[in-house]
Amino acid sequence: MSAPNNQYDPVEVTPLHPDEVARMRHEALAAIAAASTLEELKQVRLAHAGDRSPLALANREIGALPPSARADAGKRVGGARREVGEALKQRQAELEEERDARVLVEEAVDVTLPTGRLPQGGRHPVTTVAERMADIFVGMGFEVVEGPEVEAEWYNFDALNFLPDHPARTMQDTFFVESPSGGESGLVLRTHTSPVQVRALLERDLPVYVVAPGKTFRTDELDATHTPVFHQLEGLVVDEGITMGHLKGAIDEFVHGMFGSGLATRFRPSYFPFTEPSAEVDMECFVCRGASVGDPANPCRTCSSEGWIEVGGCGVVNPRVLTAAGVDTDRYSGWAFGLGVERTLMFARGVEDMRDMVEGDVRFTSAFGMEI
Amino acid sequence: MRVPVSWLTEYTDLPEGTTGRELAEKLIGLGLEVETVDRVGADITGPIVVGRVLDVEELTGFKKPIRYCRVDVGTANGSGEPQNIVCGARNFSEGDLVVAALPGAELPGGFAISARKTYGKVSEGMICSASELNLWEDHTGIIVLPAGGAEPGDDAYGLLGLREDVLDIAVTPDRGYALSIRGVAREAATAYGTPFRDPADVQAAGAPGKGYPASVADPAICSRYVLHGVTGFDPEAPTPMWMKHRLALAGVRSISLAVDVTNYVMLEVGQPLHAWDRATLSGPIEVRLARSGEKLETLDHVTRALDPDDILITDESGPINLAGVMGGATTEIGLSSTDVLVEAAHFAETHIARASRRHQLSSESSRRFERGVDSALQPAAATRAVRLLAELGGGTIDEGYTHIADEAAVEPRPIVIAADRPDRVAGVAYGRGRVVAALERVGCTVEQEAGGEAELRVTPPTWRPDLTDPNDLAEEVIRIEGYDGIPSIPPRAPAGRGLTPSQRLRRSVGRRLAATGFAEVLSYPFMGERDLDGLQIDAEDHRRSALRLSNPLSEDEPLLRTTLLPGMLKTLVRNVGRGFHDVALYEIGLVYSPRPGAPERAPMLAVDRGPAPDEQESLARALPEQPRRVGAVLAGDREPATWQRSGSPTTWADAVEAARETARSANAELIVRAARYAPWHPGRCAALYVRVEGEERLVGHAGELHPRAVAAYGLPERTCAMEVDLDTVEAAGGPASAPAVSGYPVALQDVALVVGDGVPAAEIEEALRTGAGELLEDVRLFDVYTGEQVGEGRRSLAYTLRFRAPDRTLAAEEIAQAREAAVAAAAERTGAVLRG
Ligand SMILES: [Zn+2]
Repeated sequence: MSAPNNQYDPVEVTPLHPDEVARMRHEALAAIAAASTLEELKQVRLAHAGDRSPLALANREIGALPPSARADAGKRVGGARREVGEALKQRQAELEEERDARVLVEEAVDVTLPTGRLPQGGRHPVTTVAERMADIFVGMGFEVVEGPEVEAEWYNFDALNFLPDHPARTMQDTFFVESPSGGESGLVLRTHTSPVQVRALLERDLPVYVVAPGKTFRTDELDATHTPVFHQLEGLVVDEGITMGHLKGAIDEFVHGMFGSGLATRFRPSYFPFTEPSAEVDMECFVCRGASVGDPANPCRTCSSEGWIEVGGCGVVNPRVLTAAGVDTDRYSGWAFGLGVERTLMFARGVEDMRDMVEGDVRFTSAFGMEI
Repeated sequence: MRVPVSWLTEYTDLPEGTTGRELAEKLIGLGLEVETVDRVGADITGPIVVGRVLDVEELTGFKKPIRYCRVDVGTANGSGEPQNIVCGARNFSEGDLVVAALPGAELPGGFAISARKTYGKVSEGMICSASELNLWEDHTGIIVLPAGGAEPGDDAYGLLGLREDVLDIAVTPDRGYALSIRGVAREAATAYGTPFRDPADVQAAGAPGKGYPASVADPAICSRYVLHGVTGFDPEAPTPMWMKHRLALAGVRSISLAVDVTNYVMLEVGQPLHAWDRATLSGPIEVRLARSGEKLETLDHVTRALDPDDILITDESGPINLAGVMGGATTEIGLSSTDVLVEAAHFAETHIARASRRHQLSSESSRRFERGVDSALQPAAATRAVRLLAELGGGTIDEGYTHIADEAAVEPRPIVIAADRPDRVAGVAYGRGRVVAALERVGCTVEQEAGGEAELRVTPPTWRPDLTDPNDLAEEVIRIEGYDGIPSIPPRAPAGRGLTPSQRLRRSVGRRLAATGFAEVLSYPFMGERDLDGLQIDAEDHRRSALRLSNPLSEDEPLLRTTLLPGMLKTLVRNVGRGFHDVALYEIGLVYSPRPGAPERAPMLAVDRGPAPDEQESLARALPEQPRRVGAVLAGDREPATWQRSGSPTTWADAVEAARETARSANAELIVRAARYAPWHPGRCAALYVRVEGEERLVGHAGELHPRAVAAYGLPERTCAMEVDLDTVEAAGGPASAPAVSGYPVALQDVALVVGDGVPAAEIEEALRTGAGELLEDVRLFDVYTGEQVGEGRRSLAYTLRFRAPDRTLAAEEIAQAREAAVAAAAERTGAVLRG
């Protein structure tokens, strides 16, 4: 590179002459525009913007100019180089886009082809609906407790005020467990989840707010509406100042959480040995909301056009039960309810045959996925 | 209890136009479970009218004699001319009133009546029998209406009770009084606020004390005993039509007038009655408990060995009735009985309940006694019965009757309750006045307790033995006031702790397995010896020690499962049978095994107090062990063939992986070792362990099933399975602690080791981990090679070791050292040689 020379006139130095710079710039831009592939553009970049390109060489000459002339020449050459650089960048982008469009189109696949590898699994809807039922009560502050399935008769019957010779004891068709010598063992397959009430009261400090989901057993043959092994969700509250009003409130919360808000519920007097007073709970049909009653033209399958659906049984815990569980009945009272899980599932998801829930057909279970 | 509305309205008045359904709704509101409302003759339509038989022409020459009748049906046929009707029955005469179905009528079963030619004549309708109208069973012929009760041409619907509603009520154990028209009528009267006329409000006929000789051995088994007789009764007197009809509507078969009357009175007032032919009795009657060795042939012709707990009616010949349950065959009333003795008794509920269960005999009588019969009703019921017998069958009512009673025992006990107890139970302010009114409405006597306004002294009526506790009275008040009035108040539970770790773990395991292609099953926890045989489980195996049900649903499955496998495998077979070949199932559930040292019988504790800790412990010891298991079974392709790749068949590894998924859910480390254990393939069975508080514990097995087990269950070849004790896995796991995540670069080192093919991979990996030390982040086996290059009886395992330090970039020498240490440890422990 030349040393600065004050006598040097850029106009006299050919490469820095404005016309010459304009020509170089023009040639470069034309070449860029003419490049039709990324490879050609790479050559053009070398020829017109590389270290040995005319504009780069011209730029070097600037240093040799007298200081007075440098600014003007620098501006001229710099402007040309910037313009060429911009054009290169832009052309590069255009050509890349063209290439991508071409290549990616070539790589296109049929994204509608099936993609699964593993067969579809699923959790049993009886499991997931029981969880959802329990979760509604967990949301109200209840805790979930459990008990054994093979249960002592004392827990399953006596402590719940099913006295030994009372007809209620035979009302529930019980599976009895044999003793090792083939006699009476005093053990049964629990006929309801209610023994967990007694266990909860014995194991926990008061107040008690619990739900107990689980398997229960009665000697019914399997058919469309019965199964010898089924599931219940029991609820129990024992606290001071408890009334049937709180019971109705909790049942309402459950019905609204499970089947939809605004549904009415009603209590009908009934009988269970472990509650007194006792009630059967009905809820307004969540499908027809009563519109099907007396309207044969629009029957409702869900409620058989009754307008109401039976939800379960409930009542004020019989003070005899509290006594058997060692609770001070002068101070505490409580209520309990029992809900059928299969029944809830039948209504909530339109399962029509109990056998579907029992047989373990993968089509049935998989249809319900992970949650319900 | 089937309740014809017309019978009910004899004892209370319902508002004009009340339908059966409306009545049912009201009764349901009061707590009677009305299950159905049936309309009598709902399937009968068209002209059914009263006719008078004018004359009868006997047609001959047919297989049976046939009558061709001219029947006056008034103007019901439009013409006023007699109707000509062919009839096969012979139990009527000219002049009798009959029921005629005219052309256009339709009888049960869609039987349309029209004028048609039969037996050479045109029959313009049909003369009906009770059976043809589905009214009651009667094969003696057509219905002959009582003379003077109707005129030809009258509509027969009302006369026959067609279109009447019958309520079918499922009576809960506390409402014995509702097993009678009397009880239901009382409730209906309460529901509508109408007066109630008590059918048991009758003056006894005759005087007590001069009846048939009898004694009661113990008032505790029979608190009241009444015998009342009729002499000169016509044993062939027919049961009147109205009674037959009502009995039929109530679901009771007509037998003979004497028996029908006892049933009728029982249905009406709720008191079971028994009628004897007095001629068959020998000497005085004694009510007593059975003595051992005594036997009785009951009316159903079964000879029963009696239990010392059975209450018997006896005479000098020995037992004649199983009291309150069923009569004996030798004293059965027959068609020649002219002297009838009626028994009305109040037997102890618990004895009857036990006898009914013991002899597996549930009768209309035992159902009522079990639930509690009105303790004062017996004289009235006996009176009602003998009056009906005398009225319908002739004869004279005895002047005296037997009445043995222990009045102190039968008198209802008063209950003292706080006047606001119903208010506090319901959460409604009824106030003292409404409480008293409701209790009086159900028949209680309410007095003010000496203590003042705050307490009530309530004596229940004799027909409500179920009212014994303060809450029973609260329920009466609340149901009379209406359950509809109970407010809905949001519960106010204190903040709870949500789910337990065990409950969360179960959900997590389920989600993991379901997400990896397993479908959950909930199989019945029953099994049989054959299921265990099929699993190739030998006689000494602990899984053979199973609890047995005394009343299994199926004799093939009397045991409670000790393993989840039989249920799952059968479900797998069912799915395969339905055309699904690639099946993966899982189940989470309890298995049951007898607790060593458990007593022969679980103790029966008191219920008048809470059990002491040692009593609770005694119950716990009697219960079997009931651990929770997770099981999985797989068959076919684990990954079915797709357009991308051929299917990958299920292998032992998928079963082990399912166990690993389970352990991962619990954050527990699973240790895998080779094992031999039924029902698994001896060379493809993994025993699974976890560490709980430093102790290694066996939690289950996984792998491919033994071919013999596969064959026994009819499973697809190479079916795989795993079963793991979830409780123990849970104990081994716990909450994860945060790992130190290093941002320094990783160093990867591959090593290939040649070992004897009997060396388990888990041992090599364990050695590599130990040898490599703390810098090792992970080990991954990426290749297993057997073949010529490594020689017979050997295999090559290739691992990638990942090294990383928490605080620095590793130097090459450090990495090399760690790698060498890892290989050296593997060499030392397993004889592994670095593959060159
Ligand atoms: Zn509906």
